[in-house]
Amino acid sequence: MTNTGTERVKRGMAEMQKGGVIMDVVNAEQAKIAEQAGAVAVMALERVPSDIRAAGGVARMASPEITEEVMNAVSIPVMAKGRIGHIVEARVLEAMGVDYIDESEVLTPADDVFHLKKSDYTVPFVCGCRNLGEAARRIGEGASMLRTKGEPGTGNIVEAVRHMRQVQSEIRMLTAMSEDEVMTFAKEIGAPYNILLEIKEEGRLPVVNFAAGGIATPADAALMMQLGADGVFVGSGIFKSNNPEKFAKAIVEATTHYTDYKLIGELSKGLGNAMKGIEMGTLEAHDRMQDRSE
Amino acid sequence: MNTIGVLALQGAVREHIRSIEATGAKAVEIKRKEQLEAIDGLILPGGESTTMRRLINSYDFFDAIQAFGKQGKPVFGTCAGLILMANEIEGQGDSHLGLMNMKVARNAFGRQVASFEADLKVTHVGDDFNAVFIRAPYILEAGTEVEVLATYQERAVAAKQGHYLCTAFHPELTDDNRFIEYFAQMVEQSKKTLAS
Repeated sequence: MTNTGTERVKRGMAEMQKGGVIMDVVNAEQAKIAEQAGAVAVMALERVPSDIRAAGGVARMASPEITEEVMNAVSIPVMAKGRIGHIVEARVLEAMGVDYIDESEVLTPADDVFHLKKSDYTVPFVCGCRNLGEAARRIGEGASMLRTKGEPGTGNIVEAVRHMRQVQSEIRMLTAMSEDEVMTFAKEIGAPYNILLEIKEEGRLPVVNFAAGGIATPADAALMMQLGADGVFVGSGIFKSNNPEKFAKAIVEATTHYTDYKLIGELSKGLGNAMKGIEMGTLEAHDRMQDRSE
Repeated sequence: MNTIGVLALQGAVREHIRSIEATGAKAVEIKRKEQLEAIDGLILPGGESTTMRRLINSYDFFDAIQAFGKQGKPVFGTCAGLILMANEIEGQGDSHLGLMNMKVARNAFGRQVASFEADLKVTHVGDDFNAVFIRAPYILEAGTEVEVLATYQERAVAAKQGHYLCTAFHPELTDDNRFIEYFAQMVEQSKKTLAS
């Protein structure tokens, strides 16, 4: 008996990415730089989040030519983003053979109520979360991997830190609860009861949880690893920096050796300016990508 | 007690640590080459082989792992680990550690949508072993000194050459510990041999 698209195969794929860095790229050249630097996967996009933010309008799945160009350029896995709830964009990406789909709030949601039923697909999905309720809902829908939402394209780590701490703290609370308290907790945070029981039993999420949304320096990547991330996504940070090759390598090494502070100090030398970044207080409510989905 | 290390540069480290502990051996995450001196066997876990190779070079692990193997200490590579152990990789001019005399193909079953689970018969380990293949490689050609332990659709997916062991699939992703127990026995044996 041979089975494809099983939960084990989909979650397992994300397990293999642990301790690694997944980089946003917009063409073959960037994809090769990412692979050379030691990225464990690349995310093929039409524009990196900071450019999506600057361009405004509706952000959609990248054109297939870009995704294919990236898939043909590298041998590491290729991920691609589809709009939240856009069944057809997701099916098209699956048919193209991308290795992972990010059902992403970075793009303009196609459905402002429902997410995809991800368990129906052979291809695995990664989704964003800000808290345990959101994480458990996505797992309930079939997400095989999670990431913090953070605030994409800002170069500001504060939201990713908030989301990672929130999820970890709620897991600790859940683990310490008696079982008769779990149903009410499930109601309060809007989480599927059975998923919470599973998390309580294991003491951790049943899928890997990466950090994403605002990582701009090697120290940011190491910080997120220290807060319990299984790996990191770096979006605008790398190819918006002065020296992408050096920057990409430094992020990879800082992620592996996230408690070696002397090394991280060395890695941070000569990188030039990191992206300028945006202070959260200056973002209007409608510019907050993390609030586009629940 | 035997101590088995898992190369912890990237990939499915936690799962291997859990499975080593299930055999009763001591498990250690290996992040620095000096740590190799204190272990009896080494696992090269699944992950991205290109990423792991870059980190092996960055942290000067290359010669240290080869020397570890040449001492006669057992090494077990899963998936990316199998690619690292081969002395020839299809379509690539150079190989990585070259510990085993075999030619391998990367992502040989296709992209992630083609990743699968199947029950295999594995020599020395048992029948009906649930094997999880994720963007897996397979062995295209193996030297006469290499014993093929399992095949899937006539492709070699597990092999042994002396004290080296490799699988294209991921025994660490299931609760079936028979494969890791076999490796733990190899470690036990080699420790006795090296001590005498």
